[in-house]
Amino acid sequence: MDYFLQQLINGVTLGSIYGLIAIGYTMVYGIIGMINFAHGDIFMVGAFVALILIVTLGLSAATPVFLLIFALILVLVLAMALTAVWGWTVERVAYRPLRGSFRLAPLITAIGASITLQNFVQISQGARNKPLQPLISGGFQLTDGGPDGTGFVVQLSYMQIIIIVTTIALMAGFTFLINKTSLGRSQRACEQDRKMAALLGVNVDRTISLTFVMGAALAAVAGLMFLLYYGVIDFFIGFLAGVKAFTAAVLGGIGSLPGAMLGGLLIGLIETFWSGYFSVEYKDVAAFSILAIVLIFMPEGLLGKPEVEKV
Amino acid sequence: MSNTMKSWDNNPVLKIEHLTMRFGGLVAINDLSFNVGRGEITALIGPNGAGKTTVFNCVTGFYKPTEGRLVMARSGGEKYLLERMPDFKISAQAKVARTFQNIRLFGGMTILENLMVAQHNPLMVASQHTVGGLFGLPTYKRASNEAVEKAKYWLERTGLIDRADNPAADLPYGDQRRLEIARAMCTGPELLCLDEPAAGLNPKESAELNELLMYIRKEHDTSVLLIEHDMSVVMEISDHVVVLDYGVKISDGDPEFVKNDPHVIAAYLGVDDDEVDTVEQEVGL
Repeated sequence: MDYFLQQLINGVTLGSIYGLIAIGYTMVYGIIGMINFAHGDIFMVGAFVALILIVTLGLSAATPVFLLIFALILVLVLAMALTAVWGWTVERVAYRPLRGSFRLAPLITAIGASITLQNFVQISQGARNKPLQPLISGGFQLTDGGPDGTGFVVQLSYMQIIIIVTTIALMAGFTFLINKTSLGRSQRACEQDRKMAALLGVNVDRTISLTFVMGAALAAVAGLMFLLYYGVIDFFIGFLAGVKAFTAAVLGGIGSLPGAMLGGLLIGLIETFWSGYFSVEYKDVAAFSILAIVLIFMPEGLLGKPEVEKV
Repeated sequence: MSNTMKSWDNNPVLKIEHLTMRFGGLVAINDLSFNVGRGEITALIGPNGAGKTTVFNCVTGFYKPTEGRLVMARSGGEKYLLERMPDFKISAQAKVARTFQNIRLFGGMTILENLMVAQHNPLMVASQHTVGGLFGLPTYKRASNEAVEKAKYWLERTGLIDRADNPAADLPYGDQRRLEIARAMCTGPELLCLDEPAAGLNPKESAELNELLMYIRKEHDTSVLLIEHDMSVVMEISDHVVVLDYGVKISDGDPEFVKNDPHVIAAYLGVDDDEVDTVEQEVGL
């Protein structure tokens, strides 16, 4: 039971990171019906931006806690802003000129953008792993290993708490943004009928750009969390994380915001439990198998809406 | 037709000048010119395939005309060349709104949200592009309340107020048509283009629609350009009728004039073979 609890905590943490990335996939798919394959690399860029900021500010575990918290919030905001510029640029350069072109064209430029970002970071930052000494260590021990001290000790680290709480806060904020604000309404309107939205005075191009900006900002948060949690990044982390998050978005029902969150959580949990109870080598196989099974029985994903034919 | 100045030639809201639209070899509209009078209801009629919807598509930026000019003159005196504007500015700046023959509501959103999307621009300005709105700026709250009030006003006018929070797709057909007009009106248009608003309506709904259009023209200073096949609607409410056939204007005048125009009768009803010559002579072909 203790072991189960530990896996649950780890799984939710991992799932939160996947969920944050998955939102970027699902929002972009929702609004322009395209898979933004460069999104995983935007996540990677976000992690690098965060690393550069942390190194520039000279943060380390020795920094006083109060200052560290303040600095990390600053890093978070700056990383979101800078990565958002990357997201915006990718949309502007690789996708907007091809809007209205045949469906495969933006898919190809997406792969191109992905390779470009990877290679750019590889050349500019080097191909080696970039380690970061843990900034936030320690945590709570939820169990003490039983009376004889031989049982399993369940740990909930401060870092895990930070990741889970930040994710919940961001997702709540995003749900509000999409459901209640004028920007969110116009995004949903563009999702359903872009031409009609334009006729009502919505600047469709700008709305699409903002969708990319929002997705990239969330990916930057995921990047920072990943960096702080695992303490090592390289130029290639975007690929696997991107594929996993994309899987999460599809599992939850692509185009659905709560679906992306749920999908991310599920993928994270499946992976962690599989590694915990069966084998680490086959964790990806497990995650993708579950995806395949769900899609066979629920082609729209868990929370996706079936495609409604337009009259 | 007499030579006296027609009301629609005096300070028209929309001047269509030598509009031509070609799709490859097909000429959908050929050198079409007419005026849409300010504060009037103008009907654009013609047999199927005459190019009526194409005119609308040019006016609202769906198509870029091959040739010609579309001059929108707002009541403040500003003039806009619609053929040069991106589609969203035609609504936001030139204040032209339109509805569709096949209804295009945002089906997954509620009725109220449909009307709020139409007020996107004033809300975005008031919320400093969302940033101020998220921090609860008072100007945004005021603008937001005003937007809801405006939406409520139109929901009351169209009799949809009780269903404001239902998804738009759940409405019956006639209500969807009225909602589309309400949504177009929420953009605060000076010219409202309606593509077959009475299509598929029963006689009672059709009469309600006439009433709504008369109200819009009277109370809101909105000029109306409509495509309609239902002659009872056209003859009853329009001030000015323009008839198209094969992309060419064949008649232009008040309803009484158009009704008796032999060109129009020939285009709609056709003529017997042995009458072709006489009619052609009469209409000067």
